Amino acid sequence: MTAYIIRRILYAIPILLGVNILTFVLFFVVNSPDDMARMNLGAKRVSPEAVENWKRERGYDLPLLYNQSATGTGQFTDTIFFQKSLKLFRFDFGSSDSGRDIGYDISQRMWPSLAIALPVLMVGLLLNITFALLIAFFRATYIDFWGVVLCVVMMSISGLFYIIGGQYLISKLMHLVPISGYDTGLGSIKFLILPVIVGVIGGIGAGTRWYRTLFLEEINKDYVRTARAKGLSETRVLFRHVLKNAMIPILTGVVVVLPLLFMGSLITESFFGIPGLGSYTIDAINRQDFAIVRAMVFLGSVLYILGLIMTDISYTIVDPRVRLS
Amino acid sequence: MGISIRPIIDDKLWLLLLLSAALLSACGDSAWNDPYPGDDKHRNTIYSSFTERPKHLDPVRAYSANEYVFIAQIYEPLLQYHFLKRPYELVPLGAAEVPKARYYDDQGNRLPEDADNERIAVSQYEISIKPGMRYQPHPALAQDEAGGYLYHSLGEDVISVVNTLADFPRTGSREVTAADYVYQIKRLAHPPLHSPIAGIMGDSIEGFSQFGEASDLAYEQLKQSNGIGKDWLDLRLFDLKGVEVLDRYRFRVSLRGKYPQFVYWLAMPFFSPMPWEAEAFYSQPGLGERNISLNWYPLGSGSFMLEENNPNLRMVLAKNPNFHGERYPTTGEAGDQEAGLLDDAEKPLPFIEKASYSLEKESIPYWNKFLQGYYDTSGISSDSFDQAVQFSAQGELGLTEDMKEKGIQLQTAVTTSIFYLGFNMADPVVGGDSDRSRHLRRAISIAMDFEEYISIFNNGRGVAAQGPIPPGIFGNRSGNEGINPYVYDLKNGKPRRKGLEVAKQLMVQAGYSNGIDEATGKPLILYYDTTSSGPDGKARLNWMRKQFTKLGIQLVIRASDYNRFQEKMRKGTGQVFMWGWNADYPDPENFLFMLYGPNSKIDHGGENAANYENSEFDALFVKMKNMENGPERQRTIDEMVEILRRDAPWAWGFFPKAFSLYHDWYKNVKPNLMANNTLKYKRIDPVVRDQKRRDWNPPIVWPILLLFIALVASAIPAVRVFRQRERSAAR
Repeated sequence: MTAYIIRRILYAIPILLGVNILTFVLFFVVNSPDDMARMNLGAKRVSPEAVENWKRERGYDLPLLYNQSATGTGQFTDTIFFQKSLKLFRFDFGSSDSGRDIGYDISQRMWPSLAIALPVLMVGLLLNITFALLIAFFRATYIDFWGVVLCVVMMSISGLFYIIGGQYLISKLMHLVPISGYDTGLGSIKFLILPVIVGVIGGIGAGTRWYRTLFLEEINKDYVRTARAKGLSETRVLFRHVLKNAMIPILTGVVVVLPLLFMGSLITESFFGIPGLGSYTIDAINRQDFAIVRAMVFLGSVLYILGLIMTDISYTIVDPRVRLS
Repeated sequence: MGISIRPIIDDKLWLLLLLSAALLSACGDSAWNDPYPGDDKHRNTIYSSFTERPKHLDPVRAYSANEYVFIAQIYEPLLQYHFLKRPYELVPLGAAEVPKARYYDDQGNRLPEDADNERIAVSQYEISIKPGMRYQPHPALAQDEAGGYLYHSLGEDVISVVNTLADFPRTGSREVTAADYVYQIKRLAHPPLHSPIAGIMGDSIEGFSQFGEASDLAYEQLKQSNGIGKDWLDLRLFDLKGVEVLDRYRFRVSLRGKYPQFVYWLAMPFFSPMPWEAEAFYSQPGLGERNISLNWYPLGSGSFMLEENNPNLRMVLAKNPNFHGERYPTTGEAGDQEAGLLDDAEKPLPFIEKASYSLEKESIPYWNKFLQGYYDTSGISSDSFDQAVQFSAQGELGLTEDMKEKGIQLQTAVTTSIFYLGFNMADPVVGGDSDRSRHLRRAISIAMDFEEYISIFNNGRGVAAQGPIPPGIFGNRSGNEGINPYVYDLKNGKPRRKGLEVAKQLMVQAGYSNGIDEATGKPLILYYDTTSSGPDGKARLNWMRKQFTKLGIQLVIRASDYNRFQEKMRKGTGQVFMWGWNADYPDPENFLFMLYGPNSKIDHGGENAANYENSEFDALFVKMKNMENGPERQRTIDEMVEILRRDAPWAWGFFPKAFSLYHDWYKNVKPNLMANNTLKYKRIDPVVRDQKRRDWNPPIVWPILLLFIALVASAIPAVRVFRQRERSAAR
């Protein structure tokens, strides 16, 4: 397995390079270094000299990808792409274009994101599996029918509706928790209750329906029929056999998103005033801060690749038939 | 077979529920939805928010409103605007008095105050500062017994454990001196610091540009020779010809020629004192990597200091214990006494202990928290406009009953800014000095129904402009004298936009009868450059098209992002566009300069985006710029405005109106659109606020219990079926 993991990590290098190039090209198709300078220097009274100075100091006065005026390897190394991208592979994110240390900001902002995402995942998983098992247990009854209808309705509603509705109902009308905000330490709990509830409820429709499908697929398999034929109760069949086997796709689906939990959710964090990573990238795009955009895309790619590797490993743990080679 | 619910809700569960409810209610005596820590509720703290992280808190760079919210309270420039008096009046802040210029000819001879502008070679401002002003406690100023600075030579081991300024155990302070103001002016000139006003100051202050060149060169050399060490260039070692320290409390600024608007710049944070120690401290290697820089941790002498700096969550200003003291004004304008704005006259400032600003990106949560009493003031977004404001049958604006019941009050003011529809005067169709193009622009100006625009898109929050100068700024004419006769008629004492037939007649004169170009026989097509997009933008653009269609003109929308839009403006490839300007200072020069030829965007990269050029106007501008406010200046401005109205390089657009709401515990509210340091005048009644918060936010738990009972009840049949299945044989 070690060889497999090493090979996967090596595969990641060209993927990350490709992601970097793509991010770079897409960013600079829309924004030129001049635009970035003007955005940073402000809207009023920006002189061409100030723009040139800003670019020179931050290394944006170099050609983008290929330097015709340089010789040898300098044609590739004396470029914005090379100068700005190489450090990423050492996880040195450097400073944002406005001068803040990106690594520090990420380390500060990932925890609030995780504080929402982790409970939403865990509680959501528990509830979705419970509801899905319940519906599967009552399959082909009115509970199954109306359960699925409810799931479809819930998954058709925009996440924004749940957020605004939750804030209106629980915070504005019932005055139970703050509408938005955040605090550090235990003080954060009262701010997390509502986003977690909203996140969980918002995910019930899609989650329950998906897990119900998995359970029903298992329920119709031969080994279940055999278990029933042996006289096992429906509860034992569901919990001892169906749930265990259906957990393989559920677990792999969960493992792949685990590393990405750090990245947060843009809308949830914006509406609840949570200082997480969700809005960090979007804010950077709006501010044309290439340093942050580049770092966050790189980090997202790394975490995604990590998630995929973890998924592969988890397969071998939950299903002994799978061997990585 | 009956089923008992006992196994589902047993005694233990009820106990747990009751315990949870008890715990929640015991969290404190504040409301459950109170977003602030329990011990904050009786504090004399103002609560507000910010939507976007400020980019710069260094007064050399900061230039936008979201930055001034903070630094204008922390730094003390030389002057400030009187809180109550109108028209806006400059009064001393860091300075002992408002400086007056002395004029000299090119031989160095003193000239009288009314000397001809042509004779004035140099204007000198001798500025005295108030003695006894001290900086906030700060580690950069901490000294040991021998007078050495404690934290100016930090080792890697110390820096590696520092995350915020609070990690430095000791702080120090010292008196503000004239040399600190001079040091800051030198910082404005130092190119690596990118001051946005370096260009304009370079045109005025003697030796400013030369200083910049010398310091930039020295800085480059320093960086090359000292790559790893400090990269602080001590600007005290370089002379700036036009700025010199006279003694501990006096310095002199020499300007080229006459520049009366210079004093307005002295009221902006650019001209705050900066101790050299701040730069020496922050430039130490390693601190920048920890976001500890002058750009994020200000060092000022103002009434407040930045106590908590977490731009991702919260920024907290706290009273500066070293503040030299200032008193609430004793005079204002008519009506201030009756409005209670002089109740605090002569009382020491500031009134509040803290101001806490939370990051609040969305307007809906902010609005709801304002209604719950957790924010003291609020603007009014389009979403909540109808909830807050209503128009009476007489068309008068007022608060809704809901707002009145809560004791919320409304404050409105026409802002010192303008949104205008610009014509690119370099464009062969809409631009130029010909009668044809002039008629076309005037026709469009009449057809553009900005009253309708304000009503539809701004909820009536604005005033249609009759010229470039907003109300409240010297030069603006109100009443009959202020009407633009090319676009409006006076009817029943009020301006009424001319009828469409007048605009169509102008189109005929321009050679575009019914929008058809007589020369080609084809419809006239104009291009409108905009950054508008999305559903809101679409409605605006449809409205815009409709205005041009009234004249038979086909309007093609060229939407782009702001980068491209700016690029088009710089290159002059735009044709018709809409843009705005927010005043730096309350002087007509700050608006009329946007139509001054030598400020054209294409040729000079200035703010004249319409690229308007008229020699008569330009000559009058130069004359007006250097005049003192008075009848003669007014006459000159009238002439200039008449030229502009005639040539119509802009369709004059509108002056936005700011609406703000505030609770009745929030005192001393008077719109001051030029002053940014008004936090010190604000007073609150925290006891009333706390009581109202509790009254408005009682926790309502019964729906939760009801929901729980409903869930249990609905589960009973399912449980029954489940048990039946369990007891039956496997199927």
